[in-house]
Amino acid sequence: MTYVEENKKLIQEVLEAYPEKAAKKRSKHLNVHEESNSDCGVKSNKKSVPGVMTTRGCAYAGAKGVVWGPVKDMIHISHGPVGCGYYSWSGRRNYYIGTTGVDTFGTMQFTSDFQERDIVFGGDKKLAKLIDELEILFPLSQGTTIESECPIGLIGDDIEAVARQKAKETEKPVVPVRCEGFRGVSQSLGHHIANDTVRDWVLPKADEYRKLPEGFEPSPYDVNIIGDYNIGGDAWPSRMLLEAIGLRVISQFSGDGTFNETVMTPLAKLNLIHCYRSMNYICRHMEEKYGIGWLEYNFFGPTQIAKSLRKIAAQFDETIQENAEKVIAQYQADMDAVIAQYRPRLEGKTVMMMVGGLRPRHVIPAFEDLGMKVIGTGYEFGHGDDYKRTADYVKDGTIIYDDVSGHEFEEFAKQLNPDLIAAGIKEKYVFQKMALPFRQMHSWDYSGPYHGYHGFAVFARDMDLAINNPTWSLIENPWNK
Amino acid sequence: MRQIAFYGKGGIGKSTTSQNTIAALSETQRVMIVGCDPKADSTRLMLHTKAQTTILSLAAERGSVEDLELEEVLLTGYNNVRCVESGGPEPGVGCAGRGIITAINFLEEEGAYEDLDLVSYDVLGDVVCGGFAMPIREGKAQEIYIVTSGEMMAMYAANNIARGILKYAQSGGVRLGGLICNSRKVDREVELIEALADKLGTKMIHFVPRDNVVQRAELRRMTVIEYEPDHPQAQEYRALARKIEHNKDLVIPTPITMDELEELLVQYGFMDSDAEYQKALEADKAAASV
Repeated sequence: MTYVEENKKLIQEVLEAYPEKAAKKRSKHLNVHEESNSDCGVKSNKKSVPGVMTTRGCAYAGAKGVVWGPVKDMIHISHGPVGCGYYSWSGRRNYYIGTTGVDTFGTMQFTSDFQERDIVFGGDKKLAKLIDELEILFPLSQGTTIESECPIGLIGDDIEAVARQKAKETEKPVVPVRCEGFRGVSQSLGHHIANDTVRDWVLPKADEYRKLPEGFEPSPYDVNIIGDYNIGGDAWPSRMLLEAIGLRVISQFSGDGTFNETVMTPLAKLNLIHCYRSMNYICRHMEEKYGIGWLEYNFFGPTQIAKSLRKIAAQFDETIQENAEKVIAQYQADMDAVIAQYRPRLEGKTVMMMVGGLRPRHVIPAFEDLGMKVIGTGYEFGHGDDYKRTADYVKDGTIIYDDVSGHEFEEFAKQLNPDLIAAGIKEKYVFQKMALPFRQMHSWDYSGPYHGYHGFAVFARDMDLAINNPTWSLIENPWNK
Repeated sequence: MRQIAFYGKGGIGKSTTSQNTIAALSETQRVMIVGCDPKADSTRLMLHTKAQTTILSLAAERGSVEDLELEEVLLTGYNNVRCVESGGPEPGVGCAGRGIITAINFLEEEGAYEDLDLVSYDVLGDVVCGGFAMPIREGKAQEIYIVTSGEMMAMYAANNIARGILKYAQSGGVRLGGLICNSRKVDREVELIEALADKLGTKMIHFVPRDNVVQRAELRRMTVIEYEPDHPQAQEYRALARKIEHNKDLVIPTPITMDELEELLVQYGFMDSDAEYQKALEADKAAASV
């Protein structure tokens, strides 16, 4: 049996545990990549099967936690009962520079704390009062977003009317985001909804809101970093590289970004998008409306960084292209040293990944730079276009799992016995109890940055720390006893 | 303690019928009325007021229902009938259904259900959402009386209510007690409602004729029972009250489809058949082409 056939058989075995209907549904989300296949051969962005453990989040998580949350000088109100806000407090380790509570609010949590009477009588008045109070307490905030939790959609509160009125009164943007958690099949719709609010509530008034830096002159090298959320400081080494090749980053949307940067975005010549899944919508809109092109890039691992820098530079003149070559050459020695140190310790190690956004494909080359092999990967909430892009990254025989369930992931891991699992916090302890080294790849397990040349050094060290930690060999796999 | 509920399309005379019936029932029973309508007009004729202070309006004022005392919202009206209104939000905001749930939970927690023979819920309109089904859920009203008349929309609502009852009949044990026809003086009304009752697997428990004394009494914020206790209309309400008191015929309803309901209306001449409809359209077309 070939490797592909073996893995196909494994999928069939894993599906056997399900009732017929569930097995049929899930079978469409699991496949083995074959080179002839241009889209990994899986269905995606469908409702999760009831009864399985899915790791997906909700629209509120996508809008508040991912897209809007990192805009650091705005107040993001979790509108509804306290739980959604409390448990999304502090976001995803989206680092930022600023004085928290004075001019930035990233690690603070604001909620309208709905009570029974707000459900029965509606919460619009409370919301208006809350915005007034926040304006008094935090006069330096540059605006407000209102992220609706489920009950707001159920009782039909008119948060748009409140937003309009308060924007007028405070002379600051107030953006209503209808990201009720029950909408859509995952957090992915929340990204889309949040992008749409930028399109509908922010960009149309960008000229009015924008505060141009003193002496600002447009330049042909103006670019935006879109969809880098600065997790563990990711956007910073990325920005350094772009600036090193001679580009001017005028906006980070949204990691370590400000509201003013958001309204600066239409002034750029090119949108550089890292997380395609969560921000492609606004890039497409800016292309249509302002004629700004967009380019996907990948800053994980030296191979992809060099490739991306050349791809980005190719959009500009020869000076930039020469700079790109210089920068790549300049970091070559550092990268060689990192690889020389870690590759011998990681060579041939296998990885199974399951993350969101861009990582299930983007991180693969970084592992490969260290001599590691990704033998399985999948998205929590990817769409067809993500799997198409993934086909360029994965090797023949890689198991692809979309919205993988607890049962499937555990069974695959038991059978394939990878040296590392790279997934989310919900899976972490399950696999560690199975004596499998694990890295939490949503917020880098309290580490980072992983982007750029600087990030790769951290990434390589972290993978070594996890895999070669002697602890794991002291624990017996229960299924191997 | 028996718990009953009156449901029916808005404007059908549900609150008037229920209060008059309760007034008659109070002659032999200790009764509490729980109004489940944001309009809060289910106890008006008992208390001789416009609208009593509701649980939810007071809760909104104070902060939450935990801040209320039962005495503040539970008033005593005609013939010692205890009266309470859930209240609810103004039109277009919030969630009236959740309001009813909140209010009933409050009454239960505060022990409003003690020392009673009968509790009557008066519920707004259709069973449009879970909140309006609260009174027919487990541990609440076991018998439902649907107030209707021989009009299409009233019958449509009655059928919908029957569907709501069916949903909770298995889990909570709620049953349909019968249809009360509050006459609109529509032709062949009695036959039509009896036919509908038959389809729903129940019976028309009483036909309440139309009489101006009801309006005269209402003008004085009274039931007919109180205003003119010896009037024939008062006797009608007493008859209805006695029938409810002794009703043993409680059923799981068999709601019908929209098509079946329309057939019924065609049969009784309230609606034309499809053939007649087509004929009328063609006649219009012919007239237009001349």
